[in-house]
Amino acid sequence: MSEPVTFLSRAEALVGTHEANAIENGARTLLEKRDRVVADFPIMEELRDRARAIRLHALNNLDRLLAHFTDRVEEQGGVVHFAADAEEARSIVAAILEETSSKLVVKSKSMVSEEIDLNEHLESRGVEVVETDLGEYIVQLAGDTPSHIIAPVLHMTRQDVGALFQDKLGIGYTDDPTELNQIARDHLREQFLRADAGISGVNLAIAESGSVVVVTNEGNGRLTTTAPRVHIALMGMERIVSRWEDAAVVLEVLAKSATGQRLSVYTNVITGPRREDDNDGPEQVHVVIIDNGRSDILSGETAEILACIRCGACLNICPVFRSVGGHAYGTVYSGPVGSVVTPGLLGMEPWWELPYASTLCGACEEVCPIRIQIPSMLLHLRQRAASEGKLPGWLEKGMARYSRTATSPEKWRRAKKWASRLTAPISSRGWIRRIPGPGRGWTDYRDFPRPAKESFAEWWRLHRGS
Amino acid sequence: MQGPHVQLFVTCLVDALAPQVGRSTLAALETAGCDVAFPEGQTCCGQPAFNVGLNDRAREMAEHTLDVLDATEGPVVLPSGSCTEMIVHHYKELFDGTDREEQADRVAGRTRELSQFLTDQDNPPTMKCDDCTVAYHYSCHGLRGLGLDVSADALLEGADRVKLEGDRECCGFGGLFAVEMPAVSAAIMDTKLDQVLASGADTLVGSDVSCLMHLEGGLRRRGAKIEVKHIAELLGDSDSV
Repeated sequence: MSEPVTFLSRAEALVGTHEANAIENGARTLLEKRDRVVADFPIMEELRDRARAIRLHALNNLDRLLAHFTDRVEEQGGVVHFAADAEEARSIVAAILEETSSKLVVKSKSMVSEEIDLNEHLESRGVEVVETDLGEYIVQLAGDTPSHIIAPVLHMTRQDVGALFQDKLGIGYTDDPTELNQIARDHLREQFLRADAGISGVNLAIAESGSVVVVTNEGNGRLTTTAPRVHIALMGMERIVSRWEDAAVVLEVLAKSATGQRLSVYTNVITGPRREDDNDGPEQVHVVIIDNGRSDILSGETAEILACIRCGACLNICPVFRSVGGHAYGTVYSGPVGSVVTPGLLGMEPWWELPYASTLCGACEEVCPIRIQIPSMLLHLRQRAASEGKLPGWLEKGMARYSRTATSPEKWRRAKKWASRLTAPISSRGWIRRIPGPGRGWTDYRDFPRPAKESFAEWWRLHRGS
Repeated sequence: MQGPHVQLFVTCLVDALAPQVGRSTLAALETAGCDVAFPEGQTCCGQPAFNVGLNDRAREMAEHTLDVLDATEGPVVLPSGSCTEMIVHHYKELFDGTDREEQADRVAGRTRELSQFLTDQDNPPTMKCDDCTVAYHYSCHGLRGLGLDVSADALLEGADRVKLEGDRECCGFGGLFAVEMPAVSAAIMDTKLDQVLASGADTLVGSDVSCLMHLEGGLRRRGAKIEVKHIAELLGDSDSV
């Protein structure tokens, strides 16, 4: 707010643009689908309670579950790696690719890989990385970044995609979704067959069996995790549940909240590498468990945000997100959840501004399948920002002055009188068209009511006072 | 029949910017048979400071408000869901574990939003606007913070009411958000105003002056001829008191 960084300047540039309109329409469509499927599913509220309990239990027992999970993966012949930060995670992946002489990598959707800037790092080391999720493929082709955690190209219309394909792939223009999908599939099929390694994200890890679950709607996740010789699964360290029963509940609420589906089309379960009698599957399975700031969040007051299952419903319902889209947030995690996660993962500077990118309307908490109390966390982070002196001087000084006035009825009475008198020259018929100073932002877009000549308290004193 | 003795807390915005809403609130409460007192010394509940994270400042104003209200008896009624939520929910957080905790609980327990309070009365006031077509906007803090999704509906039963698309979505006001991130606030407001204009209503009604002055200020910039009213203004005549 005081400096032209991060959210505000990006947001101002995005408001009212073609991209913002595409976001608004896309987010509303996703939310309508969610509302329809939830309305049709009477036990949703009960499932949300259970999903919340499951996720909180996992966070409270994280060390134990991760240790158990690691043992199970290794029993199946997989390898588990722990990465303390993004750099270590990148090095681990690069080393695995080097040891397995992997030159071509196919990827299914992984937000964590975006978080650690994996593609750029691998490409700089001569590895070819191909995104296979249709949305991520489009993002990669455009040299863009995802604008939504589950719908990476929510900011593009199908006409935009048609023009992009025409430009980058040298084909005739079409904006028919089925044709566009087929074009991408044809391009990707060959890559799947040639790829040395597949990198995926992890929607959930299951401690009791050492399995990782990857859900997709396009089938690319299944090919990524089975066709190449090597599979590397990247997971944030919080993305775990105890048991299969728990996973079932979480996957139910995830699909409904994310895309309004009863279940995602493909639920891929990977439990170790290919066995002798298996028809397919990778020779090696590596799971990279990434901390990268999560331990810090876990020990603080916003720990509950780690219970998030990345459905994106809070983005779709957020009036701020819908007006500007994910690119305004400056990192891979956008919307209400991003405004809590990003300052936690990357620090308050310069990300302290994100918790202020909210009207505190509470819709995010209402729609969250895990009932995460996002508004309370935004308020908590605002307190931290304020106590660390991040707020602009006018706001801090102005609020101190306001408080001195509001804690003295006599000063309050005089201030109202002065406010009315001082605004007389800039008012017309009870409204102000332009406020000078920090309040200017209001009148850039709206008239402001002129302080009344006679306040209610004054009226009461004259007419009802004893 | 004589109704309860109530304390009217008008809120800082009504006091300074919309005193007619305060008088209408008084009229509506008196129509319902209430004996209304106005605790002197009331100012601001402290929400503006709380919402930007300046909790020390918020606490100062909250302490002042608690002292003013705790010196009185009977229900405290506010024509605002937002300020009611501040007192009912957030004072607890501000004074948790302090020697003000009990006082905060005591005052929170007596505090009610206007439409919530009126619908609980035996003889709530009825609509005073025969020829207006009403669109009602549910402000977020009353709706989601206090769970008041039916009390305004009940009070507006006699109204010629049209459906407002997105009536449970935020208007973009957000307190100081409207000044700090005005372009984003206005973009959300524009969506709401488009919906208001499309509804066919000639009167936009809500129960928070904060959201309403933001929307009215925006409608004025568009030159739109739509009346903006607090629900109290449809239930009580400000000139009658």
